[in-house]
Amino acid sequence: MPSEKMLMNGSQTVGEAAVRAGCRYYFGYPITPQNELPEYLSARMPEVGGTFIQGESEIASINMVLGASVSGARTMTSSSSPGVSLKQEGISYMAGMELPAVIINMMRGGPGLGNIAPSAADYFQATRGGGHGDYRTPVLAPGGGQELVDLTFEAFDLADKYRNPVLILGDGLMGQIMEPVVFPDFIDLKDLPEKDWALRGCKGREARAVFSMILGQKGELYRHNLDLQKKYDRITAEEQRWETKCPENTELIVVAYGSAARIAESAIEELKTEGINAGLFRPISLWPFPLPALRELSKQIPKVAVFELCLGQMVEDVILSVGERSEIYFHGLPGGIIPTPAQVAEFLRSIVKGDGKVGRRIEV
Amino acid sequence: MSTDIEYKKIFGWPESLKHNPTHYCPGCGHSIAHRLVAECLDEMGLREKTIGVPPVGCSVLAYNYFNFDMVEAPHGRALAVATGVKRVHPDKFVLTYQGDGDLAAIGTAETIHAANRGERISTIFINNAIYGMTGGQMAPTTLLGQNATTAPGGRDSRLHGQPIDISSMLAVCGGVVFVERCALTSVKQIRKAKKAIKKSFQCQLDDLGFSLVELLSPCPTNWKVSPKDSWDWVNEEMVKTYPLGVIKDTTGYEDKK
Repeated sequence: MPSEKMLMNGSQTVGEAAVRAGCRYYFGYPITPQNELPEYLSARMPEVGGTFIQGESEIASINMVLGASVSGARTMTSSSSPGVSLKQEGISYMAGMELPAVIINMMRGGPGLGNIAPSAADYFQATRGGGHGDYRTPVLAPGGGQELVDLTFEAFDLADKYRNPVLILGDGLMGQIMEPVVFPDFIDLKDLPEKDWALRGCKGREARAVFSMILGQKGELYRHNLDLQKKYDRITAEEQRWETKCPENTELIVVAYGSAARIAESAIEELKTEGINAGLFRPISLWPFPLPALRELSKQIPKVAVFELCLGQMVEDVILSVGERSEIYFHGLPGGIIPTPAQVAEFLRSIVKGDGKVGRRIEV
Repeated sequence: MSTDIEYKKIFGWPESLKHNPTHYCPGCGHSIAHRLVAECLDEMGLREKTIGVPPVGCSVLAYNYFNFDMVEAPHGRALAVATGVKRVHPDKFVLTYQGDGDLAAIGTAETIHAANRGERISTIFINNAIYGMTGGQMAPTTLLGQNATTAPGGRDSRLHGQPIDISSMLAVCGGVVFVERCALTSVKQIRKAKKAIKKSFQCQLDDLGFSLVELLSPCPTNWKVSPKDSWDWVNEEMVKTYPLGVIKDTTGYEDKK
């Protein structure tokens, strides 16, 4: 049965959703601003017969995830920016070994230790692979609240479907805000497709190994990478997700994701009263980026305003999507502050007035 | 006149080893260690329920030789990966097989914390005091004065620190029930090593805690000596820094003499 409506913060929401999506193995290392997630699961996992381990580091934790994943379990870890940097080694190995897992990043200000306030400066790291080697990981960017529940379920399904790590990219703001959510019923682990590649001991079959080192002299690694690329091409074709809120009279598209999109939505509402008709295009899958959808939309509405909680990362994907045909404006706020709708409204007004006071025009 | 002869198999190829020639150098200890692990798994009936984790280093390709399920780990992370495996499969037998660089340098944190948690895992630790696969660089266990390609004048304690005795460090961890150091350089020691490995495996089967067997292992190629001299060097020099014997035993097992 689905749950009653519950009031929970974003981090706890992801934790409960993961449990209901069949995750029984969580490994993580504390870091602000996502500690409510491991704290929640440290109490919740034992209730459902699951395992919670506080690893000695993010590196150890992601490798415990690797071990649980290769054993056939649904498993996850969570962290915030500096910790996710440490996990990149394990993510690269899992991509090479084609192992599913879900990794949560509640982003905070960087570089280095930065601070603990929300940020969206890990877009490049998340969408371009992050670790070494020629690989990609699907990246889902919830808008918060109920979508944290829905996308956590989807993340586990995608990870299993493609045998690939999947990232959920939130931020410190989303992790802390309390919102009403409803959880679907627990999935039955027995209903999940059999993982015939998992290691459970070789009783009744040949022994097998799962590895990422491919030394053969006959182009084995070359072929492995081509196979991985085919998988990434399939994901690109089939797994793009976005939301468009552009009424008929929209004169300006705001492109934003995650918390930035929610802030932008408030600004868009505010501007309606001033007769400025802005719409929202919200990428939900950051990789694969919903490039064709944005391209089509920009053919009808050529003014595109990009708003990010960093100084310009997703804007590169927007440029790739809309090209030189559009007028692209960018406004970014460096991480480490709590942004307000008023700041976005100023940016959009500035575009309409053409005074160039807030944000900047991107020359392609 | 006819004689009935009854044949009994007294020696053979362990089922836990594949029939693949290894890439190990002549005189290397890995082949002996592989054989011992395989014999113990066979004799204890564990092969079909074993999941092994090889290291990064010379034995990274151990899954080409061992005939049971294996999962590769990033360098040093074997015991973190093994932790994940064992937590999902508490009823399976999980072992790591790691060299000194993997276990005592880059993976020190993972090693100590898995041991301290008392993970029900058995670890085979190959100490050859050198980095083999990368071509003879200094290991955390390289002896003072021993030459390495990154310690060209020999290891100097002021410059490089002392050789690390990680087995003794692990012995002070509460989750550890059994640690023994053996050598692969005499028939007597090889037989002792096999006994120690079996005991370590038994600790896991009896759900006692973490256990480790350290094996002093010759590397004639990177020590730049003959196989014969490499055995002598283990027996005469290496044992001075790494004395053989039981380092910790809280198992309560009565050893059969």
